[in-house]
Amino acid sequence: MLQEESDLSLIIAQIVQKLKGSNLYAQLERQAWASLQRPEIKLESLKEDIKEFFKISGWEKKLQNAVYSELSVFPLPSHPAAPPEHLKEPLVYMRKAQGSWEKRILKSLNSMCTELSIPLARKRPVGEQKELLNKWNEMGTDEPDLSLFRPVYAPKDFLEVLINLRNPNYENGDSLSFRTHLGLIQVPLKVKDIPELKEFFVELGLTTGQLGIDDSTQVPPELFENEHVRIGQKVLAEQDSAAAQQYIRQGSPTALRAELWALILNISSQPEDILYYEQLKTNVIQHDLLVDSLIYKDVKLTASNDDYYFVFEDYLYQVLLCFSRDTSVLGHFAYSSASPPKSYIRGKLGLEEYAVFYPPNGVIPFHGFSMYVAPLCFLYHEPSKLYQIFREMYVRFFFRLHSISSHPSGIVSLCLLFETLLQTYLPQLFYHLREIGAQPLRISFKWMVRAFSGYLATDQLLLLWDRILGYNSLEILAG
Amino acid sequence: MAGKVKWVTDIEKSVLINNFEKRGWVQVTENEDWNFYWMSVQTIRSVFSVETGYRLSDDQIVNHFPNHYELTRKDLMVKNIKRYRKELEKEGSPLAEKDENGKYLYLDFVPVTYMLPADYNLFVEEFRKSPSSTWIMKPCGKAQGKGIFLINKLSQIKKWSRDSKTSSFVSQSTKEAYVISLYINNPLLIGGRKFDLRLYVLVSTYRPLRCYMYKLGFCRFCTVKYTPSTSELDNMFVHLTNVAIQKHGALGSSGCIAWTPRPFCHQEDYNHIHGGKWTVNNLRLYLESTRGKEVTSKLFDEIHWIIVQSLKAVAPVMNNDKHCFECYGYDIIIDDRLKPWLIEVNASPSLTSSTANDRILKYNLINDTLNIAVPNGEIPDCKWNKSPPKEVLGNYEILYDEELAQGDGADRELRSRPGQSLGPRGGRSRDSGRTVLTTWK
Repeated sequence: MLQEESDLSLIIAQIVQKLKGSNLYAQLERQAWASLQRPEIKLESLKEDIKEFFKISGWEKKLQNAVYSELSVFPLPSHPAAPPEHLKEPLVYMRKAQGSWEKRILKSLNSMCTELSIPLARKRPVGEQKELLNKWNEMGTDEPDLSLFRPVYAPKDFLEVLINLRNPNYENGDSLSFRTHLGLIQVPLKVKDIPELKEFFVELGLTTGQLGIDDSTQVPPELFENEHVRIGQKVLAEQDSAAAQQYIRQGSPTALRAELWALILNISSQPEDILYYEQLKTNVIQHDLLVDSLIYKDVKLTASNDDYYFVFEDYLYQVLLCFSRDTSVLGHFAYSSASPPKSYIRGKLGLEEYAVFYPPNGVIPFHGFSMYVAPLCFLYHEPSKLYQIFREMYVRFFFRLHSISSHPSGIVSLCLLFETLLQTYLPQLFYHLREIGAQPLRISFKWMVRAFSGYLATDQLLLLWDRILGYNSLEILAG
Repeated sequence: MAGKVKWVTDIEKSVLINNFEKRGWVQVTENEDWNFYWMSVQTIRSVFSVETGYRLSDDQIVNHFPNHYELTRKDLMVKNIKRYRKELEKEGSPLAEKDENGKYLYLDFVPVTYMLPADYNLFVEEFRKSPSSTWIMKPCGKAQGKGIFLINKLSQIKKWSRDSKTSSFVSQSTKEAYVISLYINNPLLIGGRKFDLRLYVLVSTYRPLRCYMYKLGFCRFCTVKYTPSTSELDNMFVHLTNVAIQKHGALGSSGCIAWTPRPFCHQEDYNHIHGGKWTVNNLRLYLESTRGKEVTSKLFDEIHWIIVQSLKAVAPVMNNDKHCFECYGYDIIIDDRLKPWLIEVNASPSLTSSTANDRILKYNLINDTLNIAVPNGEIPDCKWNKSPPKEVLGNYEILYDEELAQGDGADRELRSRPGQSLGPRGGRSRDSGRTVLTTWK
C-alpha cells in the first residue's frame, strides 16, 4: 500500500513539474488572477471558489486533459533509483543493439555526405533564402537533382537487424522444443496472447458496434451509427480527452475525426504554437540540411506516386522540413530506446563541447518516413495544426516503429506478437509460407513499420489509426 | 446466326473492343447489317442528316442522340439553360425563385456566359461592371482544351467585336464562334492545387427522362500550383485541368495560346501511376473530414441537381430517337464556398487511359453502359421500355427517373430542391453497399 502511495505521489510530482513549465500553467495563473474580480469569489473561501470557477469555465477540463496527456505519454517510473537508461530501455542487449544500429545509420549518412561533398548543414545565401520563401507553398514543383541520394535505410534493412537480435542470457539450444521460435524474431519477449488481447481490446468485440463495419449501408443507421455520432458530438462539446479516447475505440465518424484526434492528443492551436511553427519555417529558410534532400527524395519516391496522397506533396515538405529542425522532439528520447545522433563541428571530432545533434530533432528519416504524415493531410489542411498533430503522433507512437526496444508497442514486440498469433491461430498458413520460403514476417513487416500507411485505403487506415489512439498502443497493427 | 450482336465502331479503343469481344459480339463494317454502332460525333451527324436519308431499323442502336450538340456545344448548352430558366420563371415555378440580387437561387449553376460575337455588347456591359474580373474564351466547337485562353482586358478580344472594322476574319459561320464565361477565380483548392470533376452520366431516354450517374467519377488535378495572379494568366497548365493539356503541355505566349497537340510526347511532371487523378470517394472523405458531413452531402446533392436540371433543360429540344442512348462526360468545378459550377458536357468523353487504374475504370464504365443500353447482350429491340432491372446497373445508380417521379405524385417536383436528399425523388437507389472488405491497393 505504501509503495503504491509513494509511487502515486512521485508520479504526481513529476507531472506537476512538467506542467509547471507549460503554457497552460501560465494561462491558469492568469485566469485565477482575473477571476478575483468576479463577484462570486470571496476572500474567505478563496480556494474553493476559484476551483468552482475553473470547473464551470472549462479550465479544469483543460487541466484534466493535460494531465491525462502526460500520463499517456510518460512511462511510469519503475523504481526511484533506476538510471535514466532504464527508462529508455531496461534490457541491456536491446540498448546495445539499438546503439550499434544507430552507429551504422550515422556512418551511412556521413559517408554519403563525404562522397557527395555536401555539408551536413550550411547556411543559405540570402538570394536562395528569398527564393525558397517564395516557393514555400509549392516546393513540389522543384526538381532538384536527387539521383545521387539514397535513402539512409529501408525497412527491410531494419528487419535484418531485428532478425539477428539475440538475448545473450537466453539459451535456446539446438534441439527443437516448444520454446523454439519458428518465426524470424528470436527474442523471448512477453507479448499478449489472445485472451489478454481480448480483454485489452474489449471494445472491438463482436457484440459491440464498430464504425467501418456497422455503418455500411446494409445496416440501418438507427442501429448504431446515429447514436454513435450523437455521442461523438457530445464528447466534443465536453472537450474531455479521456472520454474521447474511450469513444474512439469504436471508430470515429469522418466529420468528427479531426477534432477528436486533436482532443485526444491534447492539441489546440494557440498563437504560441503557430508562432513556433513559423519559427521552424524560418530555420528551414535560413539553413539547408543534408537531411532535407533525403526528405525530398523520400517524398518523391513514396507519396508523390501514391493515388491518395500525391495531392499533398507540398504539405509534406512543409511539415517534414520543419520537423527535422524541431528540437522539442528531442524530449521523446528520454523514453525512447533511441538516442539522437551527434555530429561534430568540422575539425573538432570527439570534443563534446562542439557536438550538436544532427539533425536538430535527432530523427533521421528512412525510406517511407513521409508516409507517416500523408494520411493526416486528409484531416488537417492548416499547416501548423497538421504539423502539431504529426509531431505528437510521432513522439507518442511512430518512433516505436523504427527503434529497437522491449516496449510492448515497440516494433520487436509487434513482430513477435504477429508471428505468435499467426502460428497459434493459423498454423497451416504459417507453416506453408515457411515451407515455400516466404516467412510471413517478411511480408507484413513493412506494413507494420509504416502503420499500414500507403498499404490500406485511406478511409480504412484512418479507422485503424482511430484505434491506435483509442488504445494508446500500436499492438493493433500486429493484430 | 441469330443472337449474335453485330457491332461497328469508329473509335478504335481497347476498352471498347474488349467489351464487345467479351460478350461474343461479332465485328462488321458499317456497310453491312449491324446492330450496335459506337459512333464518333462526326458519324452521327451524317447518319441523321436529311441528305443521307438513313433509316435505322428496330434492331439497331447507336451511342449518340442526333442533336446531342444542344447539350454538348458550349453555346447551345448555355442557350438552352437560359431558355429553361425563363420558362420556369414565366410559369411561376418555385424553382425559378431569385434572391434579392436577381440571382437564381436554385438554377444558378453555369458561370455567366455570353456568345461571341453575337452578345459582344452585352458582354462589354457586364465586363465593365467588374473590370478586374477574368474571363475565359472557349471555341464552341472544339474539345480537349484546344484554343482556350484567358483575358482580363477588353483589348484582348477586339477581334470579336461585331462592328470592328479592323477584324478581318470575323466570320458569321459557327466555326469561329466563341463563348466567353466568367472565370472562376476562387476554385476549391486541395493541397493548394486546382482540380475539376469529371462525372459520367448515361441517358437512355429524354422523354421520359431517365438518367444514370456513374459512381466512380474522378477529380483531375493540375500539376502546377494555382495562383490567381494575373501574371500567371499565360500559364495554361495551372488553369486548365483537361488531362490532354496536362499530358502534352502547352506554353503560352501572351494573349492567345497557339497550341498544337503533340501526340506522343510526355511531360515530365505527368505521373504514370496516378495520372493526377483522385476518385470522387477520396474527395468525399477529404471534404467530410475537413469541412463536415452536412456541407459535403449538400455539395454532392447540388451536383446531382445541376446534372438533372441541365438534362431537363435540353429534353424538350432533344430528338428523343428510340435508337439512341448517350454517355456524357460532365465537367464540374467546385469553388471555395463549396458551390459546384457546370463547365461543360462532353458527348465523347475520352476513352484513352492514362494509367492502369484509368483503364480499369473506363473498361468497367463501358461494360456497365452496355449492360444498360443493350439488355442481356442480345440483339436489341429499340421498342423496349428502357427500364433495366437493378442488378445490371453495376456502378451506375439511377440519377433521375421521370416516370417513377411522376408516379409518386406531382408535388414531388416542388420538393426536389438542392440540399434535400434525392431519396424520395424518382426512386434513386442508395449506394448498393460500400465494400465491407478491407481495400488493399
